[in-house]
Order: sequence, then C-alpha cells, then structure tokens
Amino acid sequence: MPMIEIRDVSKWYGQFQVLADCTTHVDKGEVVVVCGPSGSGKSTLIKCVNALEPFQKGDVVVDGISLSARGTDLPRLRARVGMVFQHFELFPHLTVIENLCLAQRKVLGRSRPDAVGKAMHYLDRVGLASQRDKFPGQLSGGQQQRVAIARALCMDPIAMLFDEPTSALDPEMVGEVLEVMVGLAREGMTMMVVTHEMGFANNVSDRVVFMDAGRIVEDCRTAEFFGDMGARSERARQFLGKILPNRVRAEQGQSTR
Amino acid sequence: MAGFDWGSIAASLPFLMKGLSYTVQLTVIAAIGGTIWGILLALARLSGIAPLAWVAAGYVNLMRSVPLLLVIFWFYFLVPVMLQWITGAAYPPRIGADRSAYVTFILFEGAYFCEIVRAGIQSIPKGQLSAAYAIGLNYAQAMRLVVLPQALRNMLPVLLTQTIVLFQDVSLVALLNVTDLVGAASKIAQRDSRLVEMYTLVAVIYFVLSYALSLAVKALNRRIAIIR
Repeated sequence: MPMIEIRDVSKWYGQFQVLADCTTHVDKGEVVVVCGPSGSGKSTLIKCVNALEPFQKGDVVVDGISLSARGTDLPRLRARVGMVFQHFELFPHLTVIENLCLAQRKVLGRSRPDAVGKAMHYLDRVGLASQRDKFPGQLSGGQQQRVAIARALCMDPIAMLFDEPTSALDPEMVGEVLEVMVGLAREGMTMMVVTHEMGFANNVSDRVVFMDAGRIVEDCRTAEFFGDMGARSERARQFLGKILPNRVRAEQGQSTR
Repeated sequence: MAGFDWGSIAASLPFLMKGLSYTVQLTVIAAIGGTIWGILLALARLSGIAPLAWVAAGYVNLMRSVPLLLVIFWFYFLVPVMLQWITGAAYPPRIGADRSAYVTFILFEGAYFCEIVRAGIQSIPKGQLSAAYAIGLNYAQAMRLVVLPQALRNMLPVLLTQTIVLFQDVSLVALLNVTDLVGAASKIAQRDSRLVEMYTLVAVIYFVLSYALSLAVKALNRRIAIIR
C-alpha cells in the first residue's frame, strides 16, 4: 500500500490553474524526486501532501487517511509527516534544542527528558550536538537546514517531505545537507523530494516525477528517466538539457573566479 | 523667578508622589490590559472570520477617530446612565472616576496596541506559520508559541513608545477630579495659589521620566537589532 497517494489533485488560484489532475504515489520506503522548471507546481504539490496548501479537487491519502475527508485531524496528521523547507524556517526566538523539543512537548506530550534525549540523538546524527544552545541566527545555512531535518525527525515521521532543501544554500553547503538526506534514504525513510539536484535524483531516488505547467508529465523509474532520453517527453528533454550543462557551467564559473 | 517659592515645592512633594504613584499604576495597568486586549483585537482582525474581523476593525477605527478626552467623558458620564437604562435601576450605578479611568484607558489603548500588534504579526514571514503547522501545532499553538513571541519582540520598542505616550495621556483624568500627578499638582496649586511652582515642577517630572524612558527604549532597540 502506498504511504502517500495523490489522486487527481487540482488547484486554482482564482482563474489560474496551478495543479491539473496530478496523480502519483510514494510507497513505503521509496524515495521519489519531483523536478521541473520553476513555476511548474512542484512545491505546491508537495505542500498539498500535508495540507499546507488547500486544493479544490481530488484527494491526498497519507497512510490510509484522507486529507479531504471530514473529521481528519490535520494537525495530528502533519505531526506524523516531517517537512523540510527551502528557507529552513527554524524558529529564530528559540535555541536549537528548544526548536527540536517544541512540538515533541506540545503535540506529542513527551516529557522534557524524553524530548531532550530524542533531540540530542538526532542533533548528534546531523553532526550538530555541540550547537544545542545556539540560536538559529548564529548558524550557517547548511547547519540550519540540518537542524531543520533533525527537528522533523524528532517527531518520528512516517514520511519526510523536502521542498527544495538545498536551493537557498551556498554551493559549499549543499553537500552536508544532501549527505544527511542520503543517509535517511539508505535507512529506508519514505521520502518525497522537490529538488534540482539531479545527482541526488540519479543516485538516490527510486522514481522521478517531472512536472510542467501544473501537470505531471513524467512518472517513471529513475534509471528510465536518466537512461533513455529518447523515450522522454520533449519538455523533459529540454529541462534536462538545460539543467545538466548549467551545473557544469556553474562549476566552471566557480573555479575561474 | 524671584517669587519662585521652593519651600512650597518641598512641602507638596509627599502629596505629589501619591499622585505620581497613581499615574504610574494607571499607566502600567492600562499598558498591560491594553496589550492583552490589543492582541485579542489583532487576532480577531486577522482571523479571516469576516464578522469578527469587521467588528474588531470597526471598534479600532472608532476608538482611533474619537479624541481621548471625549472617550474619557463618555465612559464616565454616559456609561452609568446607559447601564441604568439597561438594568432599569432607579439610579445610575456609581462606578467612580478612578475605576472608570482604568476601563477607559484599557479599552482606548487596546485599539492602538491592536494596530501595533497586527503590524508585528504581519511582519513575521508566512513560512514561520507553515513550519509551525508542519510540525503539528494547531492555530492557537502556532500563534502563541511561534508567531506572537517573535511579533512582540519585534514590536517591543513601538509598544514601549506608545506606553510613554500613554503615560502622558493619563494626565487627562485630572479633569475627572482624580488625583493623578497633574490632579495632585492642580489641587495644591489652587489651594496655595502656587500655580507657577506646581505646574513647572510637574512638567519637569514628566520630562525627566519620559525622556529617560525613551532613552531606555532606544538602547533596547539597539540590542534587539543585534539579536536579529
């Protein structure tokens, strides 16, 4: 049974349709990368999975629970699905350890020692145990994003959603965040990842979903997606053609500076 | 300045200090009560529940469009009559000038604090609310634990500046014959015919306290700027 099922989801901002009949799924333990040009609706789609974005048509079912059914306890459902944002969104008025304990205490009702123990476990895992009493503003972008991942893991999520987790980072910090994500994937975490990191998609993901103009254009095994370009849609070929050389060019630009 | 009677100042000080203590008390209680009332009004205005937002907006705009002195008179003179009319009592209930002053200032300042808090809430990036929801907090928890602490910290200098204005505005209650700092001074001034001494002294006290507070707010502002 899929952990996350997205069924015919459509969404409009006024007259403008941002999502058109999107259907896909993420199985338990599967890593699915969602990619596509900017404005294609991939961030909107992933935010529909934990109901941060409302949608007008279709349904999302997470672990057998329908988001659009009456009586679904959305806060409780969200607490079980971890989410990592492009801009980290740590709470700047709380220390690292307080960021990690807040929802454990207020939502799960864990005792302070239990919450701190769990928090320290995951902080250690992302290599930031020594930063526990710092404020987010005192950390680098890469460190903040690793704390944000730890914050989500503290809730013992059944799945993790990543919304462009490395897009706001300086290039030298991308690696440390991806490394944590690769580790999670290897351990069998169910993951849905919106990203432009085609290396991560190619090496780690099981499936790739390609979106354009609010539609899911491609949804196939990763080996297929990167292997047989001839079988890909024209739009996906254009996108890959642009994004892959772009990265090479960017790296060359770095070295000449 | 030859006729300036320093002796009358010394003799009046204990009574003036009693007045000052009432002024400070009213200021502090009105600031705290006004902030709480202002937060509730701001949440109502931002709630997205149309009737609630509309009523709160109407209240805030009304309070901010009527002179404070009129609001003070209105509560003191008219509310008891209204209460009498509503309850059908034989006489208007006696509320008393100082109790009426507390209620008036909390309700009046609430409107101003509301607009400050509203701006503060709107200054917090939307992603913070999303992140709060994403870890499972409900709306009330997200507001109380994530958005409001940041909004109030950002707004603290403005809230304190508004409180300094309030500290000065409180002097209007002297017109209800309440013995605040100005009321105390004017009672002695009239009793001893020392208008120059009393009103000068009170002005100096107001200046020193208000200016010292505004310097403190400036210093606080710098510290907050560093933390951000």
